[in-house]
Amino acid sequence: MTDLIASTALKARQLTEEEIHDIEHEKTHYPYAQAVGLEALKIVQKYQGWVSDESLLAVSEYLDIPPDELEGVATFFNMIFRQPVGKNVILLCDSVACWMLGCDDLQAHITKTLGINYGETTDDDMFTLIPVPCLGDCDRAPSMMVGRELYRNLTTEKIDQIIAEYKSKA
Amino acid sequence: MSVTNPLTKNIEDGRDPLSFKEYQAAGGYQSLDKAMKMSPRDVMGQVKDAGLGGRGGAGFNTGLKWSFSPEPDGGPRYLVVNADEMEPGTFKDRLLMEKDPHLLIEGMITSSYALSATTAYIFLRGEYTLAEERLLKAIDEAYTAGMLGQNIQGTDFSLDLYLHTSAGRYICGEETALINALEGKRANPRFKPPFPQVSGLWGRPTLVNNVETICNIPGILTHGVEWFKNLGLGDECGTRISGVSGRVKNPGCWEMPVGTTFRTLLEDYAGGMQDGYELKAFLPGGGSTDFLLPEHLDLPMIPGDVAKAGSRLGTSLIMVLDDKTCPVGCVRNLIKFFAHESCGWCTPCRDGLPWVEHILNKMEEGTGEMKDIEILQEMCGYMGPGNTFCALAPGAAEPLQSSLKYFMDEYEEHVKHGCKYKSH
Repeated sequence: MTDLIASTALKARQLTEEEIHDIEHEKTHYPYAQAVGLEALKIVQKYQGWVSDESLLAVSEYLDIPPDELEGVATFFNMIFRQPVGKNVILLCDSVACWMLGCDDLQAHITKTLGINYGETTDDDMFTLIPVPCLGDCDRAPSMMVGRELYRNLTTEKIDQIIAEYKSKA
Repeated sequence: MSVTNPLTKNIEDGRDPLSFKEYQAAGGYQSLDKAMKMSPRDVMGQVKDAGLGGRGGAGFNTGLKWSFSPEPDGGPRYLVVNADEMEPGTFKDRLLMEKDPHLLIEGMITSSYALSATTAYIFLRGEYTLAEERLLKAIDEAYTAGMLGQNIQGTDFSLDLYLHTSAGRYICGEETALINALEGKRANPRFKPPFPQVSGLWGRPTLVNNVETICNIPGILTHGVEWFKNLGLGDECGTRISGVSGRVKNPGCWEMPVGTTFRTLLEDYAGGMQDGYELKAFLPGGGSTDFLLPEHLDLPMIPGDVAKAGSRLGTSLIMVLDDKTCPVGCVRNLIKFFAHESCGWCTPCRDGLPWVEHILNKMEEGTGEMKDIEILQEMCGYMGPGNTFCALAPGAAEPLQSSLKYFMDEYEEHVKHGCKYKSH
């Protein structure tokens, strides 16, 4: 198994000082370094945008977690991106309350406006569109997040405004 | 004047949460003093006598759950707050953590004393970014004020409290899966027994409780068991957060006495259905509960009464299905969620849910067959209690089986003529 991983993946990269600093901070919260696996992946993602094979191997070496185990964690969680994503990740809630209140129409609108379907990134790397399971914001449905920001009571007009805001920030 | 809304008394629309000092001035952080005048086992006894049921969905008596933890042996013991709110249609813990983070922290400190816990974790879903920021600030304030750390308030009691943010996975709400996730492992559920109270996080005694459950602890210790019992209607104890989503005039969640009826929640709090929409059915407590009908609205929101009507109270946040939304499409959406969130460990869940989703897709596209309805009914049995490792698939089967019970004519209509509903 180790050979297979070594033959398909590149080498571990060097973790940055910031990454190491943040990972060390998280380590103080747990009696075992292995517990920090997911947090370390999130830290890497915060700085790099996504978790590449090189990043995964770096975390694996740093925390002494076998790469296959760490990959099992990385691929398990919805919010760890093992492929490159755009600068702004749009997480559109597609669960029941948002569905009843029209999230499919919103998705169609975003797809038309930005030219991306679920799982795709715009050519200029500005936006990636991903469906997200119930955001726990059902009383303000339909809802979505862009990065860490929550947007609620959405309409197509509101989505146009939000997209324009992010474009103007670029 | 005695408090009647202990969970939301500090919450005001449009206002930032209270700081440590403001929270303390409003009567907060008194429960630990009261608790420390008693032995930990006596505090546990008070919580048990108060009749507090778990607010995460299962409804088990919290004090009784605590009492299964063994006597301290000098080693580490853990309290973990399950803040991984991902049940479709549920948004109450978000309110509590975003609007009054110190209530949760006070509850955790006092509960940790009762449990002789040495470390406490909040397991927060990663998408709750505002709750994350506010909890981190409140935890810092509590450390600075000496309510956390070594020798709290000059006593022998010490406690560290940390926030763990997850990365989005429904199965982490299952307490043994949550424990695996907190250990840094893939979040598959564990075999029980041993139960986490005996062997949980890193093999040590661990209690996992829901956010709202723990938010009830400060009130019980500060104001007493009798006060808590008197909060409920009739023989019921305490208050709980209930809410409504879907096509109602005023969706939201509110604190109300335990024993309040669904009708009061829907009509008085949520303002009834939006104009032009009729109530067809409702899910009483999240996506993994059986549908109930308008005839069930006068039931009190009590686990036993809801169980007699063939469903579960679950998280007590109801979702209304209106007459203009396709019930088959609604179930398809729920099943898609559960299929996506299955951890893949056991066959009925991993393979059964995508199969059901496939059949429901066919129904919606107008290519369903009568035999598909039979398969759906069989699947409810295969995915039911006793056939799976955890409660995910049996929960997913609940809206499916109840929709087949109440809306068989709609399924047959779908097979014969396709979906007649315009939207979705």
